[in-house]
Amino acid sequence: METPDQIRDRLLSRFPGAAVSLISNPGPAAQHSLLLDAADARAIATFLRDDPGLQLDFCSNVTGVDWPDREIVETTRTSTPDPAGGPAKVVEQKTKRLQPGCLEVVYHLYSVALLHGPVVLRLRTGNRSDQVSLPSLTPVWRACEFQEREVFDLFGVVFEGHPDLRRILMWDGFKDHPMRKDYVEPDDYEWEPTPHGDVLAKAKRHYPTPAPAVVKEEPKP
Amino acid sequence: MSFSDPSPLSAAPGASVRAVHDEFHGDLLEVSMGPHHPSTHGVFRMMVTLDGETVVKLKPVFGYLHRNHEKIGENTSYLGSMPYTDRLDYLCSMTNNWAYALAVEKLAGQAVPERAEYLRVILAELTRLLNHTCLAGFLLQDCGASGTPLMYAFREREKILDLFESLSGSRMMCNYQRFGGCRVDAPAGWLDAARALTDGYGSFLDEYEALLTGNEILMARTQGIGCLSAKLAVSAGVTGPLLRAAGVAYDLRKVDGYGFYPRFDFRVPLGAHGDTYDRYMVRVLEMRESIRILQQALRDIPAGPIMDPKAKLRGFRPKPGEVYSRIEGPKGEIGFHLISEGGPNPYRYRVRPPSLINLTILEDLCLGHSIADAVVILGSIDIVLGEVDR
Amino acid sequence: MLGSGLLQGLAVTAKNFVGSFHDPKRFVTTQYPEEKTRLPEAYRNFPFLVSENAEDPMGTLRCVACQICEKECPPQCIYIEKSKDKKPDASGKQQIYPAVFDIDTAVCMSCQICVEVCPFDAIKMDQVFELAATDRFTGLMLDRHALAKPNSYFHQLHPTEAAEVDDRLATERKAAEEKARAAAAAKAAAAAKPPAVPPPPPAVVPLPPPVPPAA
Repeated sequence: METPDQIRDRLLSRFPGAAVSLISNPGPAAQHSLLLDAADARAIATFLRDDPGLQLDFCSNVTGVDWPDREIVETTRTSTPDPAGGPAKVVEQKTKRLQPGCLEVVYHLYSVALLHGPVVLRLRTGNRSDQVSLPSLTPVWRACEFQEREVFDLFGVVFEGHPDLRRILMWDGFKDHPMRKDYVEPDDYEWEPTPHGDVLAKAKRHYPTPAPAVVKEEPKP
Repeated sequence: MSFSDPSPLSAAPGASVRAVHDEFHGDLLEVSMGPHHPSTHGVFRMMVTLDGETVVKLKPVFGYLHRNHEKIGENTSYLGSMPYTDRLDYLCSMTNNWAYALAVEKLAGQAVPERAEYLRVILAELTRLLNHTCLAGFLLQDCGASGTPLMYAFREREKILDLFESLSGSRMMCNYQRFGGCRVDAPAGWLDAARALTDGYGSFLDEYEALLTGNEILMARTQGIGCLSAKLAVSAGVTGPLLRAAGVAYDLRKVDGYGFYPRFDFRVPLGAHGDTYDRYMVRVLEMRESIRILQQALRDIPAGPIMDPKAKLRGFRPKPGEVYSRIEGPKGEIGFHLISEGGPNPYRYRVRPPSLINLTILEDLCLGHSIADAVVILGSIDIVLGEVDR
Repeated sequence: MLGSGLLQGLAVTAKNFVGSFHDPKRFVTTQYPEEKTRLPEAYRNFPFLVSENAEDPMGTLRCVACQICEKECPPQCIYIEKSKDKKPDASGKQQIYPAVFDIDTAVCMSCQICVEVCPFDAIKMDQVFELAATDRFTGLMLDRHALAKPNSYFHQLHPTEAAEVDDRLATERKAAEEKARAAAAAKAAAAAKPPAVPPPPPAVVPLPPPVPPAA
């Protein structure tokens, strides 16, 4: 099979206006992925499915990943040579940079016809609040139908062109998206005999004194 | 209103049976089957619209067993997720364990000793026997053969579960595989017991097939029912025996060759029509091939360590990276997608559930058949709700 | 012939029916609770705490309240509070002990991870399965008095594993004792004879002095 690099180059020559970039995977598995822009995603997906050299006709796995906003601290060192001939003066400068968050949808494609794979596609939303729509790939691979519904349900990515975009695992009246990293579960604490960590803090809020964690032991006769 | 597009249906629970008036086609009947229906294999619910007895629309409703397994996985250490994978497809905990262990091993670049790989193959094939035997029993139960075939299946299943229990300590929630090997070695006499079971299983299958395969009622209920085309099956991501019953030769044991499967000689049975009978038959033939794999594996299993000496149980932190790894579970392709940021917990933990994705084609298979056939088709898809809802 | 498959199936059920009266291969059920099946040695159910001495279970718990199992337990069903004081353990060493050790068996999923991560072989799996309680909170919540079982009980349940653990612990204790004895002897020798000669030079070659920064 072609390497992700070759696939990207071929996609760029076939779709000159599209933005396709390679995301490398530092782990030992080295499954590198292709980041597509939303506008051309469906055309590219159709091409990947129908191209005789690739024939990625089987979309195995669709999943979402939540990347919240991150503050990245970068340290830059500048050394200025001392004009008097002493040791060079090194100045460390820390800059904080806000990496904006996004929601990411990952597709793992295989070919049943040619028995190769995986080719990993990634799509990213503009942000995590109001620009959360992406084109649905369900018209290309039917396998995305339930999995995209799941990503919509648990992450809140809106798939345009999905035939039946409803919540799948949570109930229809549910408001939030539980798989997001900043999801706060509703405070419906029930008494637990062995609370830990967050649950213990919650327990103390609900039962101020005495905290239920301190279970009095009664020595057996 | 057209025939193929009945009025928008109420999804409200409790509105179980409601007649929809349609001036052209008479009354359509909307039936909520499940979540507490004996034929839906757990808490699965189907909103079925019927014209007489014929299914004209079928929408599955999920989530009654949802516990957000993936969120739990993100908040638990890598090791701590292992017992939770038992509870995905609770009939096949050994293959779930293997799929997860394999994904983490690929993420961390860990090796597995030879004996452990053999044990994994043996346990996975025993799981396949167990699952397919149960499936045949459930399918017959769904056809209306109350009790007998299912009890025969459960009698044999119990023998395999006894093996699992004496090896791992638990019948169903095995929690046996570890990253870099297996938890404990097989106790004395275990391999001999497994050999005895494998040698006796063929005669059970002969008996079971004498009971079922040529049975005219089974044939009448399953042949030509719920035909799945190869093109739709591939596009819809259907995997496992369903895909092979549709005539597509795609078995990950051959395609990916994970574990030690390339060392064994076995064939991949394929169906010709993709109907319910083919799905039953492909599973019976797969069981026969599993017995062959088991015989070879139990013959060749070497002595040696079962854990990679470099494997860490506590404080396991893989380097940043990402992996998608899949194996051929009894129900289809079970995969794990893990993203590590270098911490003790996975940043993203995703399960590719074969049961859920195989249900994509449920409506396509059931349209035009009677409601009784829909039950049989669902039975032949083989779902476990622990995995569908996660 | 139509119906031959049915007849063949009926022959199978007839064979099974008759066989269930005389063929031992088909006697697969047991008359529980009068009759009980033998549990395999590996069978696991809920954890218990191993104590060395049945006479004084609280004084001889192997647990030193390190809280590793509490941290690793996937459903978080263990709750431990460390003691403020120290007590001598089985080998006479002063150790912290668990002042509170609770396991909520209603939450426990019998996964055995606490057993695997315990560095002191202090927690092992029990085999009691006939557990029932009328109250979910108090009846299924086991404290350290209910959890403590003597080592002889562990031997009874898992003989192979228990023998292995005892061997390992005995070796470890012997090694620790020897080390302690050697250390004590060295200390005594050092106290008796003040060093008259300077200590011998270290075997390793010392690092060269740091190079002064270039002018």
